[in-house]
Amino acid sequence: MKHALSVRIGPVGFRIGSDWRAPIEQLTDLYRDYPTAPIADYTVRLFASRAWRRWVRPSVTIGGDYMLPEAAPLPLSQGLLAAEMAMNLQLALGHRRHLLLHASVVERDGRALLMTGESGAGKSTLATLLAAHGWRFMGDEFALLDGETGQIHAFPRLISLKGTSVAAATSAWPDGRFGPLLAGTPKGDIRHLVPPVDAIARMDEPAIPALLLFPRHGFAADTREVPASEAFVRLTQASTNYVALGEAGFAALTGLVRAIPARAIDYPDGATAIRQVEELWART
Amino acid sequence: MTDASILVAALRDPQSLPLETDWTALIAMARAEQLLGTLAYRLDGLPVPEIVARLFDDARSSAEQGRRIALWEAEMARRTLTPLGCPVVLLKGTAYVAAGLSAGRGRSIGDLDILVPRASLDAVEAALLAAGWEWVKPDPYDDVYYRRWMHELPPLIHRERDRMIDVHHTILPPTARSSPDAAALIADAVPLGNGLSMLSPTDMIVHAATHLLADGDLSGGLRNLWDIHCLIDEFGTAGLDARARHHGLSPAVLRGGRQAHALFGTEIPASWRGWDPLDPWFQRRLLARDGWGRATRPATRFGFYVRSHWLRMPPAMLARHLWTKWRRS
Amino acid sequence: MRYRAPGADALIATDLDHFTALFHRTSGITHLLASPAPEILATLTTPMTLDELMAALVRDYALADPDRAALSARLDELIASGLVSPA
Repeated sequence: MKHALSVRIGPVGFRIGSDWRAPIEQLTDLYRDYPTAPIADYTVRLFASRAWRRWVRPSVTIGGDYMLPEAAPLPLSQGLLAAEMAMNLQLALGHRRHLLLHASVVERDGRALLMTGESGAGKSTLATLLAAHGWRFMGDEFALLDGETGQIHAFPRLISLKGTSVAAATSAWPDGRFGPLLAGTPKGDIRHLVPPVDAIARMDEPAIPALLLFPRHGFAADTREVPASEAFVRLTQASTNYVALGEAGFAALTGLVRAIPARAIDYPDGATAIRQVEELWART
Repeated sequence: MTDASILVAALRDPQSLPLETDWTALIAMARAEQLLGTLAYRLDGLPVPEIVARLFDDARSSAEQGRRIALWEAEMARRTLTPLGCPVVLLKGTAYVAAGLSAGRGRSIGDLDILVPRASLDAVEAALLAAGWEWVKPDPYDDVYYRRWMHELPPLIHRERDRMIDVHHTILPPTARSSPDAAALIADAVPLGNGLSMLSPTDMIVHAATHLLADGDLSGGLRNLWDIHCLIDEFGTAGLDARARHHGLSPAVLRGGRQAHALFGTEIPASWRGWDPLDPWFQRRLLARDGWGRATRPATRFGFYVRSHWLRMPPAMLARHLWTKWRRS
Repeated sequence: MRYRAPGADALIATDLDHFTALFHRTSGITHLLASPAPEILATLTTPMTLDELMAALVRDYALADPDRAALSARLDELIASGLVSPA
């Protein structure tokens, strides 16, 4: 395509092509510390639904190796978001190398903390906060579980901050590199944050899973043990490729929920959450 | 402008592929044509870059899982329909893998397609509905449309397994110009040994060619053509033209044979080989795919959509009827 | 009528607290089972009638108050799930 970018995020290589210059320029800048991918695992395409739509009220259709019919086009000003959504979509629909869990991951001492939950539960914000408190950021969207080794691989793509979490991240990361403010997207106001330097430099270091959390934001602080059976069912629902992986997925996921403790934590605010997490972590 | 020639060459003669191939382009094309699994099997064991080898491993596992799921869907249909005593013929991908045909190797398989006698349609429909299949679209207009004009029941989806079944009573809509001999398709079907059957080899090729050329807009073009290539490769062309004539589908079969010969080197009789004026146009459409996986001629654009399959726990099994409850009841 | 269950090599079972996570290789489907379903599947090593199965469960699991109707209902669920088929 006319404008293109190659980038590798953790174990996954992408080729991103675009009918327009702007989204590729933004991506090239934000991903400048990442390696390129000589051969891409997935191709992403940002294109005009009609030829004249390149210029007149340009809108970006999201495409690639794998597509969803319901993925509506976005205005060109939100091309960066379109690219990020398309990259996630390739993994969600196409990836088979790892069991994908819709979770954020941080690491300390070679051990990984996984946080999963519905959108808005705060798993992304929590990962960002923990990364500002000595944890290594491994990803805020997907945890990649290798069924053969039991290890979690990092997928530290750009952190997508929504609404009020933009302000929280700006104060946690005063020196952070942020993308443009994307106002009025289908997900509200969005701003992308480049993960911390060590998250990118160490993205090829996997970690052994040690603790699984199901956080919920906006409640009085509380911690509850989650039985393995419940964790298993919730994680099958938080995985886009569990069924597609068949026996390998079953072995990987039952192995995970049997190996590590799972806790549901309710938290009123970020500072409390960090205390709760540190307490639980100290006991694992 | 690039087209899908490198994909065709890779399938036709895997040894011919140089190591410095544009692998990213080849993989994007193969995915767009739903041929990645097939390609992965064709290139199995050949030297390829490590990243590609890994993607091909994944594609083969994925195809294997798809094969199991397709066969299981056929098995569930068998359990539901054999008590009716009517013939049930597996079609397309599921038939290929059930019979272990080369066309099934790595093939992606979507819906379960079966052929039953028209007279059994009502009983088949009732049995499927009683066993957990549901209408996809509860729209009476669509329903009437399908029943009157199509060669199949409106699609049904299984509420637990989230898989579609298409129940056909012939292989072309009644509105099509040709009308295949549906009774002969069923009468000559080959038993698979478990109560299900598949079309006879000649009918299978006729159906594949029909699917490519007469039924729709060359949808899934190269993959369907690869099916034709594999089937002819495996069964030959003896009796094929006569059978195609019997069904009134000779033009589609001959064109399918010519295209397969031209692109994949399929063995066809010398008398079939003369091209007609439309053949070059069909070939261009079949190859209309660029290195980004894009359909290059908008008029020939095919959609490739993937439904994500979420795990569905059988709800009745989940958290209900504990041992203690059972003992108490 | 006799009931048939998949052979042991077609099933992979893992205990998860009070449940059994079961992967059925033939179908690629994961089931989360509660008692008595795992016991039924473990007992049906050969096709059995309802009464034979009941007797075997009473014998192997020291079942105190067997209930034929309840067992029949559990078998119907297992048939719907595809794990058990009428032999």
